[in-house]
Amino acid sequence: MELIWQGIVKAVELVFGGDSEVWAITWLSLKISGSATLISLLLGIPLGILLALSRFPGRAIAVALVNTGMGLPPVVVGLFISILLWRSGPLGFLELIYTPSAMIIAQVVIAFPIVAGLTMASFQSLDPNLALQLLGIGASKLQALWLLCKEARLPLLAAVMAGFGGVISEVGASMMVGGNIRAQTRVLTTATVLETSKGNFDIAIALGLILLTLCFALNFLLTHIQQRGQMKWPRLS
Amino acid sequence: MRRLNTVVLCLAAAFSSFSGLKLAPGAEPKDRNVILSTTTSTQDSGLLDVLVPLFEKQTGYTVKTISVGTGQALALAAKGDADVALVHAPSLEKQYVADGKLLNRRLVMYNDFVIIGPRSDPAKIKSAKTASAALRLIEQSKARFVSRGDNSGTHNLEKTLWKEAGIEPKGDWYIEAGQGMGATLGIANERNAYTITDRGTYLALGSRISLPILGEGDKALLNIYSVMEVNPANGPRINTAGGKAFADFMVAPQTQSVIKNFGVEKFSQPLFVPVAGKREDELGV
Amino acid sequence: MAEALLALRDIRVQYGATTALEVSSFDVHAGEVVAVIGPNGAGKSTLLRVMGLLQQPGSGSVYFRGEQATPKNSLEMRRCMASVFQEPLLLNGPVYSNAALGLKLRGLPGDQIQKKLRPWLERLGIAHLISRQVRTLSGGEAQRTSLARGLVLDPDLLLLDEPFSALDAPTREALLLDLQEILTETGITTVMVTHDLQEAAALGKRIGVLSQGKLLQLGSQREILTRPLNETVAAIVGMETKIPGVVEQAAHGIITVRFNGGTARAMGDFSPGAKVILCIRPEDIDVNHYRGERQCPNEKNFIRGNVLRISPLIAHYRIAIRTEFGCVAALASKSSFTELSLHEGDDVSASFSLAAVHVI
Repeated sequence: MELIWQGIVKAVELVFGGDSEVWAITWLSLKISGSATLISLLLGIPLGILLALSRFPGRAIAVALVNTGMGLPPVVVGLFISILLWRSGPLGFLELIYTPSAMIIAQVVIAFPIVAGLTMASFQSLDPNLALQLLGIGASKLQALWLLCKEARLPLLAAVMAGFGGVISEVGASMMVGGNIRAQTRVLTTATVLETSKGNFDIAIALGLILLTLCFALNFLLTHIQQRGQMKWPRLS
Repeated sequence: MRRLNTVVLCLAAAFSSFSGLKLAPGAEPKDRNVILSTTTSTQDSGLLDVLVPLFEKQTGYTVKTISVGTGQALALAAKGDADVALVHAPSLEKQYVADGKLLNRRLVMYNDFVIIGPRSDPAKIKSAKTASAALRLIEQSKARFVSRGDNSGTHNLEKTLWKEAGIEPKGDWYIEAGQGMGATLGIANERNAYTITDRGTYLALGSRISLPILGEGDKALLNIYSVMEVNPANGPRINTAGGKAFADFMVAPQTQSVIKNFGVEKFSQPLFVPVAGKREDELGV
Repeated sequence: MAEALLALRDIRVQYGATTALEVSSFDVHAGEVVAVIGPNGAGKSTLLRVMGLLQQPGSGSVYFRGEQATPKNSLEMRRCMASVFQEPLLLNGPVYSNAALGLKLRGLPGDQIQKKLRPWLERLGIAHLISRQVRTLSGGEAQRTSLARGLVLDPDLLLLDEPFSALDAPTREALLLDLQEILTETGITTVMVTHDLQEAAALGKRIGVLSQGKLLQLGSQREILTRPLNETVAAIVGMETKIPGVVEQAAHGIITVRFNGGTARAMGDFSPGAKVILCIRPEDIDVNHYRGERQCPNEKNFIRGNVLRISPLIAHYRIAIRTEFGCVAALASKSSFTELSLHEGDDVSASFSLAAVHVI
């Protein structure tokens, strides 16, 4: 317990004492995972909607792939992307290994199936006739899509939170493709691993606490938007 | 409507800050990057946090320090995914040099390992004359011993000592941690066990470890660090010039004196002994 | 002949090997109310979706105001129509924003929406619910909201897909009456599909009969109910009693038909020897205790049988009578039933007039 208390004290010290390195690490974590989540949303939401609403040959396989992708072990993703991005690999000429961009790529591979899968499920939970009804009162296809997204806001925001949560907290892929390089690719999770292995448990706990607080704050905001105007379940006696 | 505006504003702000991330590949000219593969214990000692910025300032290169296990560090270099390697596993290194994968092996510094253990020293290793003799005593009394168990430089040194003692360590008393030095020391501390550790990490952890040093000074406990350049034939895009620059830097007199003084302020003793230019057989205590 | 507001030509919709809809021609004229009836799975919803340009048929064309519907102009055309489905299909939110949705989609400003919407909300009796969340509404209130959403658009064509099916009987009755009034007042061209004959008869001046994707008959209400073209249609429109027989005599438009258990006279143009089926609606059959063979007056036919089953309904009694050739279904009012005091197993005679028989 004392260890955790030490960690809390250290966290306060680092954050409010203005330790620039901790601030830089935190900001980099946000930038990388934020970008990755954004890209995953841009790719995953349309794919999820497509899989939910249309029928095409091979759809069953695509759905199975997305669902499998939701459970990809991050460290395996990291390994495969490293193999691609290493100088000795086929994409080595891009010189992306050990850069934040490589970490974003890996995190997109992790988050995008989660977003696509949950979006697909959220749209499939809508009444299939709802889309028809909206078209039937004169909505254009785009207007109908927008209204459906608003209607499925609850599970859609869950998809966003799941996607973000999955990547801000992952360490395996970030370590492998990023290299945990000081001031370049060191993020909260990889820094925590480093400090733990060095035996600096108070710093490790502090970084962990900062990460948790960050996640909580963001999810609190998203949850607030998500739960606004939702039906309250009656008390079951 | 207002909510939509807020959301759009947030996204725009996010986008503009992300643009500073240089998502375009190869945004920095490749020659300025030097990939250094080294070990976790080297990184953990904190020495590189002093030397790398110095090198970067002197030469204008940007170093990407990849600290992984010894095996992976050497493998990366052999594949050409690093430009220069700094490790401390002489037998493994010599193999890579013999294979032509790594070139121009030069000694940089050494630190030493020590054997720590419970204050009461149940295996009575203080009386041992050599490190392997101490290990034999530990095995005989089945006293608890924590091993790195991760094929690192430290682990390889430990394995060599067991071999010298003619023992294959097995049993409940032999605990394989599979982790870095700091975590392994933590386990030894908790379990009140013997273990082999490099002096640098031991000093760095200070009062957190309550086990005293019970054995030191044996030549076999020397931990020799060498720097090697990567054969440009190992793969595409190797920064030969950068690798050489870093290797030269590590053995340069100025750098060597920085190494000599590293740790004195904090631990009142140096952590490393600089030995550039010397040969291995010259080293002795 | 006025040009049809909506015309279907050679429509064919296939799901794999099954033909869901096959209609060679269907015209809807401005100002009329057409009801399309058929059993479940007949293709009614498919028909409505094709009409509403919500589903593209495998082959064939839809013409709106004489112009063929294409992917390019379909949005424009859809904006002249409004669809209401069996389920209200409202979005999360208050009643007002749901009812206003169609107008909002067309870009109308808020004050104009208010002006147009208010009278409709009052007309449909939901003005007091404008700020209520739709999930708190009853089935009837929700469906009224859906109707308001469609009607406020002042559509050239209103498409209703079994709008009352999901409601309970009293709600259904009330809403049916309201809709009747509204359609008469406004004269909106309407196509309604339903499996309920009563609803179709209440609203539809013209009725179409759909079965297994094919339009079997399309005509005035009178025609459909009393002169079905074939057995399938007869069954759908409720001509439950069907007597197969052979024409014995034919003279002056009156035929005598022999069947198992007797003969009957009906109006029709068939030659002797022709195989026919006599169809009679249950409400056209009178039931009386059997009092022996008697001379048939010219206008009445008699069949002898046994009461098989008596089923009490709300305002009538349904009497199933077993005869030599099969079953006769009759409907007796409560008062006449009590007078007769019939029981199962009683020997009875079912009588019906010449004019009540439809021969196919």
